[in-house]
Amino acid sequence: MSAFAAGWARLRDGLRGVLGDDAYERYLRHCRARHPGATPLDRRAFYASELERRWKQVNRCC
Amino acid sequence: MSTGKLIRAASWTAVAVAGAAAFGGIALHRGESINALWFVVAAVCTYLVGYRFYSGWIAARVCRLDATRATPAERLDNGRDFMPTHRSIVFGHHFAAIAGAGPLIGPTLAAQFGYLPGTLWLLVGAVLAGCVQDMLVLFCSTRRDGRSLAHLARDELGRFGAAAAMVGTLFIMIILMAVLALVVVKAMAHSPWSTATVFATIPIAIVVGIYLRVVRPGRVLEATIIGVVLLLGSVAAGGWVDSHPEIRAWFDLDAKALAWFVILYGFVAAVLPVWLLLAPRDYLSTFIKLGVVFLLAIAICILQPDVRMPALTRFIDGTGPIFSGSLFPFLFITLACGAISGFHALVASGTTPKLIARETDVRMVGYGSMALESFVAIMALIAACVLDPGVYFAINTAAGVVGSDPVTATATITSWGFPVDPAQMEALAASMGEATLYGRTGGAPSLAVGMAHIFGSAFGDGLFAIWYHFAIMFEAVFILTVLDAGTRVGRFIMQDALGSLCAPLGRTSWYPSVWIASLLVCAGWGYFLYIGVIDPNGGINILWPLFGMANQMLAAIALAVVTSIFVKSGRLRYAWVPGVPLAWLVTVTTTAALQKVFSDDPRMGFFAAARDLADKLAAGMLPPDRAAVAPQLIFNQQLDGWLTVALLFIVWTIVIDTGRGCWNHLSGRRPAPDTESPYVATQLT
Repeated sequence: MSAFAAGWARLRDGLRGVLGDDAYERYLRHCRARHPGATPLDRRAFYASELERRWKQVNRCC
Repeated sequence: MSTGKLIRAASWTAVAVAGAAAFGGIALHRGESINALWFVVAAVCTYLVGYRFYSGWIAARVCRLDATRATPAERLDNGRDFMPTHRSIVFGHHFAAIAGAGPLIGPTLAAQFGYLPGTLWLLVGAVLAGCVQDMLVLFCSTRRDGRSLAHLARDELGRFGAAAAMVGTLFIMIILMAVLALVVVKAMAHSPWSTATVFATIPIAIVVGIYLRVVRPGRVLEATIIGVVLLLGSVAAGGWVDSHPEIRAWFDLDAKALAWFVILYGFVAAVLPVWLLLAPRDYLSTFIKLGVVFLLAIAICILQPDVRMPALTRFIDGTGPIFSGSLFPFLFITLACGAISGFHALVASGTTPKLIARETDVRMVGYGSMALESFVAIMALIAACVLDPGVYFAINTAAGVVGSDPVTATATITSWGFPVDPAQMEALAASMGEATLYGRTGGAPSLAVGMAHIFGSAFGDGLFAIWYHFAIMFEAVFILTVLDAGTRVGRFIMQDALGSLCAPLGRTSWYPSVWIASLLVCAGWGYFLYIGVIDPNGGINILWPLFGMANQMLAAIALAVVTSIFVKSGRLRYAWVPGVPLAWLVTVTTTAALQKVFSDDPRMGFFAAARDLADKLAAGMLPPDRAAVAPQLIFNQQLDGWLTVALLFIVWTIVIDTGRGCWNHLSGRRPAPDTESPYVATQLT
């Protein structure tokens, strides 16, 4: 059962990573580690600014 | 030798022998049919051997990948685009970005030559050229702060090379969007079920977008799961629409109306904020894409279908009904993305390198993702080849080639040696929930029939109609993603260009500029789409070769940049690694382009086709419906001819530029500076 649970957790984390579901958590971790004094963006603002950045370049192929 | 080493050597020998045996089985098999599992074994073994040995050698000797060297993701970490990421996640990201409709459509069309040529080039081309290109571009960009291809081209080839790369990118995007839009339109024409399902994906994407923005910001996984469930529901709902006599009529649209709809959609999606439509649609398409690839591989292994297409057909002589042109060079032009795709260089530079945590990950991400993409192409080829060849040709050949009524069409195809009859086609269409499958050019419907056949048989219970429309929805979802994302990126490139003519037009968020630039991009691909729709020969036969040539040209640009970097960074000994694929691509694109420009055969040459049609029009030999569109088709053939000339010019400019730069460097006349970022030791553990 625990092997199954571990497998499921890995699959879920993998999917979250590939889809970008964990982007905000990773951003927070980065902010805490690198810029301890600064206030990070909140989730909503982060999501909005990420989309703007990501869709200004070619990120999908034929 | 230790036991471990011995076991490893033995298992790699086994993989190599199994691959060689499967390859031999496919190549030498001469019978009624051959099991698709042979293809899977040959493919997997080829990729494994290529990955283990060739990419390993490239990584160690050619690139000299260094795990102690800090990558841009580490050095420039900003918690956003630059961020060290686990290599399997980067692999997933990169694969989702490079996998598109190209490797599904190209092999489907190329199946007109038989199964053998396509299989051979998909495997050999991927292992020796496509995977190598992706890996080397990713490597060069990673060593240069994750710079984009255009930036690398400017550094290596100078301003002219960079301008050529930019024009080439815009051109390939316009043609790509036109041909993909045409594929969707051909699949939806007079098919209420497909049309209703594809239309439903738009509100579903908007619901997901609102959820992600307003309800639960950034919770991509849960939003995607909701969206995917709704999409599956939309496939079933399409079936209900189809069975309802009144509602059915609303969605029973002809190709022209659908073309206008798709153009309007592209414009609106490019102008709307990304969070509303574009981004959520992309999340859905990524999820579905990964799922379907996985499912298809399992289904092929369970079902082990027989491939009915012969190894080679008579059309290798260039008289093919789906597209004209002989095996060389048009097999390579048509397969394009599944073996080597220039578009990948745009993702492998600029986006992916900013995530690479360790330089040694370049091998798995660059080489590995392309091997998987090529495997997707092999599965698409299998899906096309498990159909009865007669059925395959009946679906993929335009009415202008075989005639528009079932009796004539099936009789013509039977006369080619691929027996098919109207009753068989009617039964097939009925089982797929369609009124007709004749002349559904573009590859998507025949792929969907093949997938429905594989899924429906492997997972029991038939349900062919549901699987067919699921496959159409699957293809449409990411084709529409390419349309809106492509229009948007094209808009930025256009605004950049317009900005140099008139400064305010370069402001990316100024509304008049946004509208004008988006309108120009939509008009660009919309024009080719519209011509493709009114062309009785189906349009695909013109647009796909044009797309293939542009794609291979972009690959040539990328490889020229890599070759130039190799020569200037002390890797002259290994310059043949990108150099040989480069020479091959230049040969293929040049031959194809020259044939398309100078051939006297109206089925092949653009100018010859224009002259032929003009003569027929002048002599009054055309039926009234064809005469009405003839002037537009004549103009279009001439335009395509001139565009091909421009492509040729771009390719040779780049080649000459590269050669001159390398010569100047090697002869010591003008040694190029090292463009690599300096070595910094990694701190990652």
